[in-house]
Amino acid sequence: MALLEIRHVVRRFGDYTAVDNVSISVETGEFFTLLGPSGCGKTTLLRMIAGFDLPDSGQILLDGRDMVGTPPEKRPVHTVFQTYALFPHMTVADNVAFPLRMGGRTQPEIRERVQHALDGVRLPDFANRFPHELSGGQKQRVALARGLVNRPRLLLLDEPLGALDAKLREEMQIELINLQKEVGITFVFVTHAQDEALALSHRIAVMNRGRVEQIDEPSRIYGFPRNRFVADFIGKISMMEARVVEAEPSRLRLEVAELGEVVMAGRDGVKAGDRGVVAIRPEQVRISRPAAPAESENHFPGRVHDFLYVGDVTTYIVELSNGARIEALLPNASPGRATFFEVGDEVGVSWRHDTGIFLDD
Amino acid sequence: MIRRHAWLWGAAALVYAFLYIPLAIVVIYSFNDSRLNAEWVGFTLHWYRVLFSDAEMLAAAGNSLIIALSASLGATVLGTMAGLAIHRYRLRVLPALVFAPVAMPEILLGVSLLLFFLQVLNLTLGMLSVIIAHTTFCIGFVAIIIRARLQGMDESLFEAARDLGASRWQTFRFVTLPLIMPAVAAGALMSFTLSIDDFVITFFTKGIGEPILPIQIYTMIKVAVTPEVNAVSTLLMLLTLAMIIVAARLESHAASREAARR
Repeated sequence: MALLEIRHVVRRFGDYTAVDNVSISVETGEFFTLLGPSGCGKTTLLRMIAGFDLPDSGQILLDGRDMVGTPPEKRPVHTVFQTYALFPHMTVADNVAFPLRMGGRTQPEIRERVQHALDGVRLPDFANRFPHELSGGQKQRVALARGLVNRPRLLLLDEPLGALDAKLREEMQIELINLQKEVGITFVFVTHAQDEALALSHRIAVMNRGRVEQIDEPSRIYGFPRNRFVADFIGKISMMEARVVEAEPSRLRLEVAELGEVVMAGRDGVKAGDRGVVAIRPEQVRISRPAAPAESENHFPGRVHDFLYVGDVTTYIVELSNGARIEALLPNASPGRATFFEVGDEVGVSWRHDTGIFLDD
Repeated sequence: MIRRHAWLWGAAALVYAFLYIPLAIVVIYSFNDSRLNAEWVGFTLHWYRVLFSDAEMLAAAGNSLIIALSASLGATVLGTMAGLAIHRYRLRVLPALVFAPVAMPEILLGVSLLLFFLQVLNLTLGMLSVIIAHTTFCIGFVAIIIRARLQGMDESLFEAARDLGASRWQTFRFVTLPLIMPAVAAGALMSFTLSIDDFVITFFTKGIGEPILPIQIYTMIKVAVTPEVNAVSTLLMLLTLAMIIVAARLESHAASREAARR
C-alpha cells in the first residue's frame, strides 16, 4: 500500500480550478517531487496534504486513512516552509523542540532528540542562537531539523532552496539527498526548478494548469517526455513540426516541411499520417563542418545563427534551410578556446534516429 | 543650508514654544512659594505637601487609577481579540466599526454613552459606567496597534505552529501572543494614558458620585487656581510621559529586532 494516496483531488477558487482531478501515489521512503511553473497547483496540493486547505472533491489518504477532516496538528505530516518560518522569539533548540513539546514528550527525551537532530543537520553548537543570528543556509537546516525531529510519516518541502544563492543551493541539494537517505522519511518536495527536481528526486510529477502531465523517474521525464509541455519545461529542447510518412515498430519516417525526411525511433500508437513535433535535446545534436561526411541518418546543412558560451559548454543555435532553429551543445574540452564556430558559419547538424523523440499530441 | 531654511527652523521653534512653554510654566510654578501663578517668589515643595494631604484629591487620584487600570485591562483583552479577528478573517465593515471611536468626537461618545447607560441599561452612573465608557473608546486604539503588528508578520509562522502539532490555543499561547506581546503592552499603556486624563467622556458618564481626577482638577480651577493644581498636573504629566515613552520603546524595539531578522 502506498504511504500517500491522492485520489481525484479537485480544488477550485471561484471560477479558477487550481487542482484539477489529480491522482498521485507516493511510496514509503520515496523522494517525490511536484514540479511545475508557478500557478500550476503544486503549492495548493501541498497545502491540502498538510491540512491548511481542503479539497472540493477527492481523497487524500495517508497509510490508507482519509486525512480530509483531520486538522494540520493531528496529521503525521510536517512542512518545511519557503520562508523557513522559524519562530523568531525562540532559540534554535526551542524551535527544534517545539513539535516534541506539543507532542507531550518528556524533558530528557526532548533534550536528547533536539541535540541528535541538530547533529544531523551539522549544527551541533547552535542550540542557543536565535534565528536572526543565522545565515540563510543555517536557517534552512534548522527548519529541516525541526521538521524531522518528531519523525513524521511525511515531510513536505515547499521550495525550501528558493531563497538560497546558487552555490549554497547546490550544497544543500546534496545535503538534502543524504539527509533523506539517512532518516528514511518520505519527502514530498515542491519546486519550479527543473534541475533541482532532476537532481533530487526518485520520481517527479510534472504539473501544469492544475493537472499532472507526467509522473516518472527523472531520466524518463527528461528522456521520454510524454508531451510538448513536459519536453519544453524540462531542460532545453528544439522542436519542428512534422508528419508521419511511414510507421514501423522500430522506426518512423517523418516529413518536415521544406527540410526533408527525418528518421526517428518507433513509438507505440503512432501511425502514418499523424502530425506532431520532432524534439531533440541540444546534447543529442552533433555540429560539424559542412564538408564532413554524414555520420547518421538525419543530417542537414545550416548556418550558425548565434551561440552562448557558458564556460563548460557552448550552445550553438543553428538555422536550417526551412528557417527552423536547432540547438547543439559542444563541450569546451580544450581550455582557452571559446568557440569552434562563428556566427554566420556554414555548418552541418545531425542526430541519430534513436535519440530525440516524436511527440504526437 | 541652515540659513536657507531659517524660516523653517523659526516655524519649528514657534510650534515647540507653543507646545511646551505652557507646560513648563505649570511645572515651574508648582514649586513656587506663592499662592499666585503670577511671579516667582522662591522654591518650595509646599504645594506637593498640600496635595498629598488633600483627601478628596487623593480619592480622585485613586479612583482614576482604578478606572485606568480596569479600562486598560478590558480594552487590551478585547482590542487584542478584535485586532486578531480583523487580521485573520480579513473583515471589511467590522474593522471600521472598531476603529471609528478613535476618530469620533468625544462629546458624541460621551452623550451617546450617557443616554445608553441611563435609558437602555438603566445603570446608575458611577465608577462602573466610567470604566465601561473608557474601555469602549480604548478598544479601537489597541486593535489598531495589534493589527499593524500582525500585518508585518510572516503568516507561515502561525501555520508552522499548527503544522508542528500545536492546537489553535497552543499556537496562540506559544507563538502568536509572544510575537504580538510588544503591541499588546503598547496598547495597554496607550489605553492607560488615554483613560487617566480623559475629561469629556468621564464628565458625561461619572454621575454625581465619586471624584475623578481630571474633573476634580477642573472643579478646583473653577474655585481658585492654586499651585496645588500645578502640582497635581505635573505629576499627571510625568506619569503619562513615562508611559508614552515605554510604549514607544516597546514598539520600536520590536520593530528593530524585526529588521535585524531580515
